[in-house]
This record gives sequence, C-alpha cells and structure tokens, in this order.
Amino acid sequence: MSRFNLTRRGLIKTSAGAAAGLSLPTYLRAQDSGFTNAPTGDTVTLGFNVPQSGPYADEGADELRAFELAVEHLNGEGDGGMLQTFSSQALEGTGILGKRVEFVTGDTQTKSDAARASARSMIEKDGAIMVSGGSSSGVAVAVQALCQEAGIIFMAGLTHSNDTTGKDRKANGFRHFFNSYMSGAALAPILIDQYGADRKAYHLTADYNWGYTTEEAMVSSTEALGWETVNSVKTPLTQTDFSSYIAPVLNSGADVLVLNHYGGNMVNSLTNAVQFGLREAEANGKQFEIVVPLYSELMARGAGENIAGILGSQNWDWKLENQLGERYIGTNAFVQSFGEKYGFPPSQAAHTCYVQTLLYADAVARAGSFQPCAVVEALEGFEFDGLGNGPTLYRAEDHQCFKDVVVVRGKENPENEFDLVEIVEVTPTDQVTYEPDHPQFAGGSLGSCNNGA
Amino acid sequence: MDQVIVQILNGLDKGSAYALIALGLTLIFGTLGVVNFAHGALFMIGAFCAVTLQRILTLSSVTEDPTRTDFLGNPMKIETPYVESWFGEAIGAGIIDWSVPLAIFFAIPIMMLVGYLMEHGLIRHFYKRPHADQILVTFGLAIVLQEIVKYFYGANPIQTPAPDAFTGSFDFGVLLGFDPLTIMYPYWRLVYFAFAALVIGAVFAFLQFTTFGMVVRAGMADRETVGLLGIDIDKRFTLMFALAACVAGVAGVMYAPIVAPNYHMGMDFLVLSFVVVVVGGMGSLPGAVFAGFLLGILESFASMPFMVDAIPGINQIIIYLVAIIILLTRPRGLMGRKGVMEE
Amino acid sequence: MLGLRKKDAGLLLLVTVLTVMAPVLLNPFPVDSAMAQFNAGYPDLMQRFVIFGIFAIGFNILFGLTGYLSFGHAAFLGVGSYATIWMMKLLTLNILPGIFMAIVFAALFAVMVGYISLRRSGIYFSILTLAFAQMSYALAYSVLTPITGGETGLQIKPTDTPLLANLEPGEIGRASLFGLEMSQSSIIRMGGWEFTLNVGYYVCAMAMILAFYMAIRIFRSPFGMMLRAVKSNQNRMYYTGLNARPYTLAAFVISGMYAGLAGGLMVAMDTQVGPERMFWTASGEVVLMTILGGAGTLIGPVLGAGMIKYMENIVSKINDQILHTWFAFLPDGLEDAVVAMIYPFVGKGWHLTLGLMFMAVVIFLPGGLLEGGDRIRNAFRRKRTGKEDTAKQRTPAE
Repeated sequence: MSRFNLTRRGLIKTSAGAAAGLSLPTYLRAQDSGFTNAPTGDTVTLGFNVPQSGPYADEGADELRAFELAVEHLNGEGDGGMLQTFSSQALEGTGILGKRVEFVTGDTQTKSDAARASARSMIEKDGAIMVSGGSSSGVAVAVQALCQEAGIIFMAGLTHSNDTTGKDRKANGFRHFFNSYMSGAALAPILIDQYGADRKAYHLTADYNWGYTTEEAMVSSTEALGWETVNSVKTPLTQTDFSSYIAPVLNSGADVLVLNHYGGNMVNSLTNAVQFGLREAEANGKQFEIVVPLYSELMARGAGENIAGILGSQNWDWKLENQLGERYIGTNAFVQSFGEKYGFPPSQAAHTCYVQTLLYADAVARAGSFQPCAVVEALEGFEFDGLGNGPTLYRAEDHQCFKDVVVVRGKENPENEFDLVEIVEVTPTDQVTYEPDHPQFAGGSLGSCNNGA
Repeated sequence: MDQVIVQILNGLDKGSAYALIALGLTLIFGTLGVVNFAHGALFMIGAFCAVTLQRILTLSSVTEDPTRTDFLGNPMKIETPYVESWFGEAIGAGIIDWSVPLAIFFAIPIMMLVGYLMEHGLIRHFYKRPHADQILVTFGLAIVLQEIVKYFYGANPIQTPAPDAFTGSFDFGVLLGFDPLTIMYPYWRLVYFAFAALVIGAVFAFLQFTTFGMVVRAGMADRETVGLLGIDIDKRFTLMFALAACVAGVAGVMYAPIVAPNYHMGMDFLVLSFVVVVVGGMGSLPGAVFAGFLLGILESFASMPFMVDAIPGINQIIIYLVAIIILLTRPRGLMGRKGVMEE
Repeated sequence: MLGLRKKDAGLLLLVTVLTVMAPVLLNPFPVDSAMAQFNAGYPDLMQRFVIFGIFAIGFNILFGLTGYLSFGHAAFLGVGSYATIWMMKLLTLNILPGIFMAIVFAALFAVMVGYISLRRSGIYFSILTLAFAQMSYALAYSVLTPITGGETGLQIKPTDTPLLANLEPGEIGRASLFGLEMSQSSIIRMGGWEFTLNVGYYVCAMAMILAFYMAIRIFRSPFGMMLRAVKSNQNRMYYTGLNARPYTLAAFVISGMYAGLAGGLMVAMDTQVGPERMFWTASGEVVLMTILGGAGTLIGPVLGAGMIKYMENIVSKINDQILHTWFAFLPDGLEDAVVAMIYPFVGKGWHLTLGLMFMAVVIFLPGGLLEGGDRIRNAFRRKRTGKEDTAKQRTPAE
C-alpha cells in the first residue's frame, strides 16, 4: 500500500516533468535549422531502405550495391561513374555541398509496415536527410507518405505502379523509374508490329494495386490499336502454382497471354505457361504469344530458358549504349564501374537507385541547400542527360521522370546468366508521355513541399 | 466439361503436393505428438537437393576464349561442365538433363540424415514439453534452415527444369473421347501425380504390412502400452521422423520443376499443410491424404473464371472457407481421432 | 489501493517506471559513439515496443490463461487499424475516437470469430482462427481494395478533410490528442547523450500501463481463476456444472480488444495501414512474442515483444560498413575475418539470429525470457545466501 502511494506521487512528478519538456514543441532535430535533420557536422546521412529479407532480397542487394557505388562516386572515390557523363556538372566529387556522404541501411522486408519502421528509424535515430530504395509500389507509396509527413525527400527505387506518381503522389517524393502506363504505351505499338493488329488477349493479373494499373494500361493501349481483350483474371499474390489459371487460357479463344505479374509470381506463371505448352501452341490460326509487361533481370534469371522470345519492357538495360549509341551515354560508364567493383553488370533496379542518388545530390548542389523545399524546386522541371536513359525530364506536375522506354525480348540462347534479354526497340519519350491528369493517374495531388519544422 | 476435367487434373496435382507434405506432418503428429513447424522447411530442403545436384552436375572447368570479350572488355570465360568433359558431351548433357529424377536418390539419404539429426538432436527433448514450446523451437529451426539456404543460394527462384523428355504436354482429352488438343496436360505434372500416388501407397503399405509399421501404428494408438510391452518405441519413432522428412524431401525434389524453388517456399506451404492436416483430422493418415486432394481440387475449381466472376475473391479464400465449414460440421475434421491434439 | 496486492503493485510500479524512463534507459550510449547503433530510444521503436507489448499482453490473456492458441490475432489488430484510419480520414484527427472505434470494431469482429471458433478446442481452434485471419488478409489485399486501399494501404492524404478538423486546403492532417501532435518531441541533450521525449510515445505508454493494470486485475480476479480452470481441466468444469464457453468467449473478446487497441495506436502513431499487418506471420509473431517472453506470466509477453522488435529494428540495420568501423582497430586480415564471421548474423541475416534466439531460449529457458531473469536472480540469491552459510559454518569452526 505504502509503496503504491509512492508510485502515484512519483508518477505525478514525472508527468509534470514530461509536460514541462513538452511545452517546447519541436519536430525531431528540426529546431536548429528550420528543416528536419539538417546536417550539422561535416557529414550528411542518406538512408537506403531496401528489401534484405523476403522474396526480393536479391533485388534489394543489387540496389544496395548501386547505392554504395553512388556514395563512393559522390565522395570522389573510384572512377566517378556517371558523374563524368551527367549533363549537370554541379557535383565535384567532394561529397554534397562539401559534406562527406555517409549512409545507413535498413530492411523493408517488402512490407509497408516494416519499411515505414525502418525509414522512421533512419529519420529519427540516424538523422537521414533523404530516403531512397524499395522494390515494390506498396512500400514506395507508404514510405513516400512518411517522408512527406516528416519533411525529408524520398527518391523512389523500383516502383512501377501508376499510383506512386498518380493518385498517391507527394510533393517530397520523386520517381525516376517508369510506370505501368509507359509500359503499355511503349509495348503496344511493338506488339502490333510483331504479332499483328488482329489479336485476342487474355490477361492474368496479380490481385493488387500494381497489377490493376498494369492491366489497365496494357488493356487500354492494346485495345486502342485494335486488339481485343477476351478475359482478364486476377490471381492471388500468394499463389505459387498457376496451373489452374493457365489451363483455361488455350481454349478461351485468345491467342496472346499477358502476364501482369512481377517477381516470383512472374517466374512461376511464366514457367507454368511454358509447361502447358503455350509457347508452341497455335490459336486462331496464329502462333500463340506470351507478353510480360515489366521485365526484371533477376526474375528473368529465375525464369531461365522460359523467357526465350517473350516481349516485355524495361526502364534501362546495360547494353543500351553499346547497341544504340551515344544517346544513352552514361550507361557504359556506370556498367564499367559497377562491373569492376562487383564482377557482373547492374540490373535496372540498381541503375534507378544509383541515378536517384546522383539526382538528389545534384539537386542539393544546384539549390545550394539541403532544405527539402529547395531540393524539390531544383528537381521540378529539371531536364538532364547523360545518366543512361537519354534526355530526361523530371516533370514538375507529378514528379515523374519522362524518358525513353526500352522494349526487350528474352534471348533464345543466352551466353551467360546476365545477358538474358535483347533490346528490340526503344520507344521515344513523346510516345509514352501523358497528361498529368490522365484518367489512369487521376485523384492525386502533390500538396505542398514539407520542410518538417 | 473439358475445363472441369483439366481442373480436376490440376487439383489432383496440387493435391499431390499437399497430401505428401500433410502425410509426413501427420506421421509426426500422430506418432510423436509434436507440432512440427519446420516441416515446410524439410520440403524446401528437398527442393534444394534438386538444385544442389543440378549445381554439382554443372560444375564447370573455366577456359578463356581470347577471341570474344565479356561486357567489361576482358576475355570471355567459357564454362564446360566436368561431366561433359568426362563422359562426352552427349552423355554428360543427358545426365545434367536428368538431374531432377536423379536428385531423388541424392535426396533420400540426405533427408534421412536431416530427419535423424533433427529428431535426435532437438525434437526428442521436446516430446514432454508443451506444444507452445514445440512451436517456438521448430519455428526457430525453420527460420534457421531457410536462412542457411538463403545464404548459399540467394533469395531468387532457381529454375530446375524437368528432363526434356517430359517437357511437352500429353493429349489427355483423346483418351476420354474429346477432340484432339482440347485437354492438354504437361507430362511432368502427370509424373508428379503418379509419383505421389506411389509414395503414398508405399508409406501405407509399409505401415500396414511390416512389423515395424504395426508397432508404429500401435504406438500411435497407445504409446504407453506399447512401451510396457517392452518395445523400444523411441528408436522406431526416430526412424519414423526420418521417414516423414524423406517423404517431404522427395515431394520437394519432384516439385522443383513445377515451381522454381526459392528459400521461403517452405513457409508458403507450411500454413496450408497445417490446414490440410487438421481438415483431414488429427492423427489420421488417410484423412490427411484425402483432405490434401480435396482442397487441391476445390482450389482449382474456385480459380475458374466463372467462379471468380460469380463470387469475387473466392479463389483467395476457398481453402480457408472450406476448412471452417468442415471443422464446424465435423468436429474432428474428416477422419480425426478423438483426443489427439484437442487440449 | 487500486485493488492490487503488494507484489502486483510493485510490478505495476516497476513497469510504470520503466516505461516512463524508457527514453533514457534505451539510449545508454552517447550519440557519437560506435555503440550508438544499439540505442533503441527513438520514438518509432519505443512506440512499437509498447504497442506490441499491449498486443502481447492481450494475447496472453487468452493463451496464457485459457491455453487456447489463437493463430489469427493479427486480424483484430488489422481491423482496429482500418477503423482508426477511417475515423481520422472522415471524422477527426483527434486519436481518441479513432482508438475507441478500433476497440469497438475489433471487439465485434472478435465476438464473431470467437463465437464460431470456440466451438472447437486445441489445434482445431487454432486452425479456425487462422482461417478467419487469412481470409481477412486475402480479401483486404484484393477484393476489398475500395475499403482497405489494397496493397498500398491507406494513408491520410491532402484531399482528406475530416469533419471536425479545420485544415487549410492541401494541408495533410496529422494525428493529435486535443491539439497536441503525436509527432512532437522535445530533445534533452546531456553531454554526449540525447534523449527524445515524444508525445506519441507517452500516449502509448499510458495506454500500456492502463492495459497492464487491467491485465493484472483480470489475472487476479475470479474470472481469471475461471480461465485458468479452463486450461487445467475443462471436463471437470463441465462436471461441476459450469459452462466454459462464456468465459473463454469473454477472454477471446478481451484479447481481441487489446489487439484492436494496439492496432488503433499503431495508426495514431504512424498514420497508415497495410494489409500485411493481418498476414499469418503477424499472427505468428505475437504467438512467438508471448512464448518467448513466458506465456502465462504478466510481464513476459512485453519482454518478448521488445526482444523481437529490437532484433527487427536494430540488428537488421547493422551493415558490413558498420562492422568494419567497429573492428577497425584489428589488423586488416583479422578485421576482415571477424567481419566475415559476424556479418551473416546481422544486417540482412537478422532472421538467422532471430531463429537461433528462439531455439536457444526454448532449449535453455523453458519458461521463456522471464525464467532467465528468475534464474539470474536465484543464482545471485543462492550465492549470497550460500556465502552467508559458509561464513556461518566457518565461524564456529575457527
């Protein structure tokens, strides 16, 4: 009893103390400078939040390699990579604004909760001024919203859903990677060209947001050019054996199968489709074809020889400059320094993460400040070149990069496990550009940039 | 009609995998009374036995070809598998092609050993412990096993193709009097089904017709009395555990060409196989097998387009919905015995 | 006082002091030191500690007392989260109505699931709860996307204008308690140390102390006694003419409400929900937390929750660069060797350490982490008493 009385008194005391502390409201470390996590010493911390466990761990590992390389180049170590070819020459290899770049890493587990927890620890504990990375749109949208709230910059990694710069766009968030709409717009003309305009498509779609936007994009852009959509079926994310979804395809009257799947789903559904003989089949008097809208090198590796001859789109490919020349300058510089360091060519996920880090650093350098709103202003409407994708625009209205889209096809006889796709064609920027209020992107608004303080 | 038959085939195929895993799980439940959360990991290890054998067979000597260059401008490295240089290209390529069926012989001793070590080193000490402790320790073990696999093989799925002879499809419809090309079914999946039937049959025969099996069945029914009769039941249980691990392992080996193995495929199957076992009824081997096929077929039917159109999302929840209905109408699952795992 | 026995009051006092002092206790290392990596005293993780503590305390009321092992408790957490975020999107940014609705909806859902699942016991019960949770997850991820936001979940957007909040157009609402924003913190700097006192954390801490107090009361009440009776021998209860069902259902609903409270607080602290919060691994996590800490004990589940969240958030962030800075004092070759040896267990290998810890705890400390504490205490006590004994014996001998 007596002990308990003591507690209550103690409790009152402590709460009074806490209340006194709270009378000076501040947001984290914002009080000194007017924005969250303003770097004070001679270093600046970036947060690299990538999947390190779960099905996308290998993709996350590749992203992390690219981030480490970018930090090296920013600090003036190594061969400088794309800094030599980047059209903006604001970066000198002396860190960012003279501050040495340091970084912290975290594990998103490809779950939005875990990704937010990891990003918050970077912001709250490590004082990160920018968070980048990720390998799914769910995570990108969740972390982007967090960064908007906390008042730091989010440079999205691999995220392909329209929503990231569509209905879930945020002023503090930027995406270099392409999106579902662009995949559809880039692929459709080439599909017509290769397979003819008189085709009937059957869609299998992963049953979540990214799948929905990709299906919508593919359906609308192929239908506009004369294709017919026979059916579209949603498949559960957790599905591993797609046989019961693949089996009805052949007798449905369709002659093209579009697999709106990514990652493990894509590997398994494609493998199953090949098992069921769809590659050799004929329908409506034509050769049956399979299309995978979003390619990923790592998953192509997982699918092995099943990807031979299958069309898809990519944000970037390491062979771009060698095969299509000067326009894609920067590609070889990046591949060279990545390959020297790690012994194999980088994936598109690695590329987008590397480029995003450079773009952020460059924006800070041009703005002359780490303040998020200044960075946002520097990035909005920024036109650049020399980062491997040709001339690129960071559009102000939705913070999406507009650049050429690469259409690729699985190689018949790949020479090694890193050279699995061949470039079919590059769709120029203006063909994949859309209005900021395009119906597939409607319903979002950037809001205003947030400095945090 | 043709679609229904295809989905029945698909269901039997999925059911084969469910049934094989559930069979092993029930053996462990029934004989040892242990909730084994690492059983999915055993399935995964089996699949990685296939991957490993494929890797071993394709171990290559590396020579440099100065006439060609790789992406960095260095001389291209040409890899020739040792088996090809030893046995000649044709035979060597043939051996590599048949790596998955060969992996069964590779997997059986490995799985026996893994099962033996698991039981002897860990599970044995948990027979008398509460189920909660068993869950924690086997779950921990499952995580450790899959992290070890991830450390060596990465997180990406790894293709382990079936032999070329089995890659095509079989025109199943012709057998039943349909037009040619209406019901095509991949050979390997038919092989998988046949294989599963064989393994299930063998396990039942083993339990039914051998003295060893008789003792184990007696032990499942009443462990104490068997012990009182002077039979060393523990030793047999160790073997039983190794056998269950083996069943899960070979199921994994043969499954590798159907779904490319990755390190967490065990966790994907774990929950489902528990549902199968419980729906079948605790302690009932026929129940586990029957429930495996039943849920496999229902899952296949539920994913047919007209079903999904009629009830959106039915393909996502069918297994759980059926599990709830069965458990509410039949208190101990389809063929469960009284008193097993009811506390 | 407050209806507690002296020992329980002591425990409550201890928990109160620990939670109130957590920002200091969890930051034992100066910010610039190499050991700062192990500091856990930042708002997000502290909030997670107490929120998952609440979740585990609630789960333990069901599992620890009645022995019914639910494998679907994450569903209630998820339902609570969705309820809260919708309240904040539509009605008010004040967290209290949201959290209240989280508890209400979780309770309603728990009544439904519990009423059906409790018709069976043992593993049949576990699978029934698992089935309900998996169905909730699958539907939230896909078909219910208009309500749940699907994969990308729900956040508060600039277009959301709650009825009772006066937001300027385009302003993104922030969770608050009568105007006091959850994200506000004040930082105390003392020497090289830095302690963050965060409003959100103290709101959660208050909720947990309250939840803990309720749990003590339930454990010590006649109702708690009944629940224990269910665990020890349900048949005997039936023979004495008692129906166990109402008691177990009550326990189930109460623990569902705890989960709802935890879910609501999660949204209040970090305004977003994603469906993977309801996946079976999340349900499994709370089971593991409870067993790890010590099922059936009052404070064990909280310890278990803290342990798992610490691994997830601290150990997973140790990358090879950090290891290299730690062991920089070693000669080069040795440094690389040491780093290569440790690296598989930290950073991306944090799951491995977690798995090993589960096994180690259950093998060496059958009663969970709490038993470890008891053993240490006993060892000290025995040593001390042992010494006294020998001293006593020696004196007469001389």
